[in-house]
Amino acid sequence: MISMTPRKHIPLSLTLLTPAVAIFLTLAVGAGIFGILGFSPLGSLYTFFVAPISRPDQIGDLFVKACPLIITATGLVFCFRANVWNIGAEGQLVFGAIFSGWVALSFPDWPAITLMPAMVLASIIGGICWAMIPALLKVRFNTNEILVSLMLTYVAALFIDWLVRGPWRDPMSFGFPLTKMYSDAGLIHRIDVPFVGSLGQLHWGVVGALLLAIAGSFVLSRTILGFQIKVMGDAPRAGRFAGFKPHLVTIGVMAIAGGAAGLAGMVEVSASMGQLQPNVSFGYGFTAIIVAFLARLNPIGVIFAGLIVALAELGGDYAQIALGMPKVVTGVFKGILLFMLLAGETFNRYHITWRPSAVMPVSKEQ
Amino acid sequence: MKTKITLSFGAVAAVASLALSALVGLTTVTAANAADKVKVGFVYLTTPGDHGWTYAHEVARQDVEKHFGDKVETTFVENVPEGPDSARVIRELAKQGNDIIFTTSFGYMDHTIKVAKEFPNVKFEHITGYKRSPNVATGNIRFYEGRYVQGVVAGLMTKSNKIGYLASFPIPEVIQGINAFGIGLRSVNPKAEVSVIWVNSWYDPVKEADAAKVHIAEGADILAQHTDSPAMLQTAQKAGVHGFGQSSDMKAFAPKAQLFSSVNNWGPYYISKIQQMMDGKWSTGDGPDHWAGNTWVGMADDYLVLSPFENMPSDVAAAAAKAAADIKSGKNKIFTGPIKDNSGKIRVPAGKTLNDGELFQTLDYYVDGISGKIPG
Repeated sequence: MISMTPRKHIPLSLTLLTPAVAIFLTLAVGAGIFGILGFSPLGSLYTFFVAPISRPDQIGDLFVKACPLIITATGLVFCFRANVWNIGAEGQLVFGAIFSGWVALSFPDWPAITLMPAMVLASIIGGICWAMIPALLKVRFNTNEILVSLMLTYVAALFIDWLVRGPWRDPMSFGFPLTKMYSDAGLIHRIDVPFVGSLGQLHWGVVGALLLAIAGSFVLSRTILGFQIKVMGDAPRAGRFAGFKPHLVTIGVMAIAGGAAGLAGMVEVSASMGQLQPNVSFGYGFTAIIVAFLARLNPIGVIFAGLIVALAELGGDYAQIALGMPKVVTGVFKGILLFMLLAGETFNRYHITWRPSAVMPVSKEQ
Repeated sequence: MKTKITLSFGAVAAVASLALSALVGLTTVTAANAADKVKVGFVYLTTPGDHGWTYAHEVARQDVEKHFGDKVETTFVENVPEGPDSARVIRELAKQGNDIIFTTSFGYMDHTIKVAKEFPNVKFEHITGYKRSPNVATGNIRFYEGRYVQGVVAGLMTKSNKIGYLASFPIPEVIQGINAFGIGLRSVNPKAEVSVIWVNSWYDPVKEADAAKVHIAEGADILAQHTDSPAMLQTAQKAGVHGFGQSSDMKAFAPKAQLFSSVNNWGPYYISKIQQMMDGKWSTGDGPDHWAGNTWVGMADDYLVLSPFENMPSDVAAAAAKAAADIKSGKNKIFTGPIKDNSGKIRVPAGKTLNDGELFQTLDYYVDGISGKIPG
């Protein structure tokens, strides 16, 4: 019989060893799969993890790819720490894009100094509004936030689809579903690094994402709000005895997650698209859930987890271009990576023992 | 504590990457001796699979390889979403030395234009778009020609005079198709009516099957589709009704139900554009008339091919063949007046034929024979 007992104390050596082992196993299994498929195992691994970030511009692109994941996952960390299961960041992200898009399309003549803050604010409000539906329903009627937030994702996707095909369609787009382009003031620009020029598509939104993660870490570890969230997640009864209001915490974390997701939507559209289209998010809201857990619900960890997940994605595209490797292999490989990391986490947290089972006496009695 | 864990985790990843790169050493991933070959890149929306839109492009890519043999080297990237990722993929293909890059879905339009600016020496071919730039050309197929023939066959075959049509999104290409179908239908049958269900997806077998069932329940005995999966034909076969396939020949999925498929044959377009580039004659076709610059070809050049006419009486097949021949020869331009919309108002006067620009810009109505109105 296998028994799992939580470790009271996790030794530092284990903490350091587990991720290393997990990554090593992933690489080993991955190499095996590549070999079976007829690709050179080492060459494939190189293509997946090194080649996509071997030029400065590619490193910039890695951060760009990770940007919406980091912003969204930072918000989700607050939800998950408080045991509030917001699965609908994808929809909140879309609403952030819609609200900020409305500002950008309505006031194209504003200068960047007013337009940009207005768009940021609008996107946060948009995300919060969409997150408040599951939050208030949960607080008022005790509905399941997993279901409500998830289902609202599809409503949001259909809503933006309707907007860009209908009322917000650019009359000059010949019936194709696109809004007008944002004015220049509504676009997030690329960063010009001194002496280097631009690093791929690296834009100012990435800087914002990193600052947001750092701020999230500060709030969670150094403020009363962060303390309340953690207590309500780990020991809700203790929290109630301490006078914390569970409903307020639920609404608060949903607002943080929704606002962050909305902001991610605005950044993604303003930095990389420049107009609204039927799809503004490509699963970022869902992938961010993985990122949050990969980061062990730590906002600083989110930065690294976001980069790793983004690298797997970039590596997948790169392996297709360089090796003709089918995209599905990328999916399998990403799956193994996550599986190993989460398995490693389990071994890290629990002491696992195996005892020969005690079924023998039964047969003796017969 | 937590912070340390993750930081170390990142560090380990970095070290592992470095060690790996050292191990692999000089093994670079770029193909050797590709200098004298023309490198051709393709960006696909989905995995090609064995039917539908992307499959048709994949068949064409294989045609390119067969035609040029050793003279070309092709690369494709599948499952590329129509967003910022597509810009990254297109850019990477350009950086890897591809000389000409085909981006095969409408949503790549602005990203293709954007990346093309950064690589003035690379040629780009955007499929189904309307924006061009000095090194971006556009190509499209007159899909609506096949739909006219479908309308003729549907009009002759239907007994209930009810036709079900599955549409994806109300963009010009789809409206052209619906209206061409209606014009073909009316040319042989004054009574039949087409009802359109918007699936709001290019590919969603479940929704497509559901929509087909709704049409059949309402009495439709002929189904047409502007969506990509064979689900409609499979549903039709189960119900004992008939329908038309899309993009690639879908006979294998519903041998008893398929009347014919309109097959997209991109091979000749790709081959001609690559040849032009090899000869130094590649151009975007841009001129004073924006719409004339679009390479928009159809049945006349076999860019749109109709699969064999089946499951229909020989006189219907003969009428279909006649309709197809008239389109091929240019005798029938399809959108020639008088064209009435479905409220009876004349939209195109007798003697006038809509030009390419008008086909994209003026079709905001359904023609006589189509019920309902265009959403949005």
